[in-house]
Amino acid sequence: MSRVAFTRNLQRHVACPPCTVEGATVQESLEAAFALYPRLRGYVLDEHGALRFHMAVFVDGVPVADRRGLTDPVSAASEIYVMQTLSGG
Amino acid sequence: MDQLLISTRKGLFSARRTARGVWDLEAVSFLGDNVSLAMQDPRDGTWYAALDHGHFGAKLHRSKDRGATWEEIGVPAYPTPPEGHVERDFLGREIPWRLMRFWCLTPGLASQPGLLWAGTLPGGLFWSEDLGATWQMVEALWNMPERRKWAGGGADVPGIHSVVVDPRDGNHVVVAVSSGGVWHTRDCGKTWSAHTKGMRADYAPPELVEAPESQDPHRMVQCPGAPDTWWIQHHNGIFRSTDGAMTWTEITDVKPSVFGFPVVVHPKDPDTAWFVPAIKDERRIPAEGRVVVNRTRDGGRTFETLERGLPRSWAYDLVYRHALDLDTTGERLAFGSTTGSVWISENQGDDWITLAEHLPPVHAVLFV
Repeated sequence: MSRVAFTRNLQRHVACPPCTVEGATVQESLEAAFALYPRLRGYVLDEHGALRFHMAVFVDGVPVADRRGLTDPVSAASEIYVMQTLSGG
Repeated sequence: MDQLLISTRKGLFSARRTARGVWDLEAVSFLGDNVSLAMQDPRDGTWYAALDHGHFGAKLHRSKDRGATWEEIGVPAYPTPPEGHVERDFLGREIPWRLMRFWCLTPGLASQPGLLWAGTLPGGLFWSEDLGATWQMVEALWNMPERRKWAGGGADVPGIHSVVVDPRDGNHVVVAVSSGGVWHTRDCGKTWSAHTKGMRADYAPPELVEAPESQDPHRMVQCPGAPDTWWIQHHNGIFRSTDGAMTWTEITDVKPSVFGFPVVVHPKDPDTAWFVPAIKDERRIPAEGRVVVNRTRDGGRTFETLERGLPRSWAYDLVYRHALDLDTTGERLAFGSTTGSVWISENQGDDWITLAEHLPPVHAVLFV
């Protein structure tokens, strides 16, 4: 079970405390988190399932390489952080 | 109408007219969030607010208790482009197939319960049959080859900012595009045709000056009580139609400027309309640092420049396309500026009072 945590700025719009999920990839893990918080999906991903331009996902401190398909692997011990990128100062 | 909704870069503000006839700000929803526009559905009184979160995308909320509580509802989704397809505008710039912003929300007629239309950036038109819970793209417009000739006008990508449903026929819908002309459907979105005869785009290359796709209407309105009369504030000036938005007549010689963004028309008198002029293109500021409103009462033959109560010097307020409104009585006007000022008139623009001077940049105002 990997752990997924979301930026505090998201909490203002959708309640999404950290959760533990099953998943072999970032995509599978996020899907499991969206099953818990359905409204969250549209805040993190666009309508095609790609990471929004100003969002970032880190797996164990490393930004995901595949922002479109989110195929980056995760392990049971992984920590996944869903963050905002800094933009606009 | 005794309440005004003000959509701003940092929240949806509400002002109310007190029993003593004084207007005051009284509430704010979504404080800190970018509210692109608000709409009130005359069929059931529901308010809608479109948010543009930037990082988190465009969202839509509705309130059935006049802003006391809001619920988030569905948003349109653009179709998935064919694998490897990268769309570019005619200047070669990439156009993402992705919802970027709501630019217009329009309810269907009373005979079309549940129907809503949404104009979006980039260049999308969507409709909902369930009051915004789910949305479908009007694919006939999106797939039209001519759409590829649309270009960014009010934003980096083309967008639909005016969606007008003809009160005589709910299947007749007219949309205006910045920048991409005026398009009609008479079969509720299945087929589309451009009608811009009479319009002129001096900013285009000579051979494209009269092309439908070159036209940059900034805002388009129809007179509800005389629905064959339409007004457009265009990038190139003011245009009027008296044949149901089929052909257009240019109105020139308007002081201090024929440029601007918004237009409103009187609900019953098609000859009476209001504009907020600005110096065009290179500067986009009020002429001589004076904020004024232009009014015609004779179909554009003459204009009065109204300024009583408005700043007469050192004012650089710009008023965008949705930031001027007229109430349903045709008496009260309000407009808001990019520098956070809002003014209200209760006598068709003869006199103005300042409602606010320090709000965030104003995107839209709406009497409710």
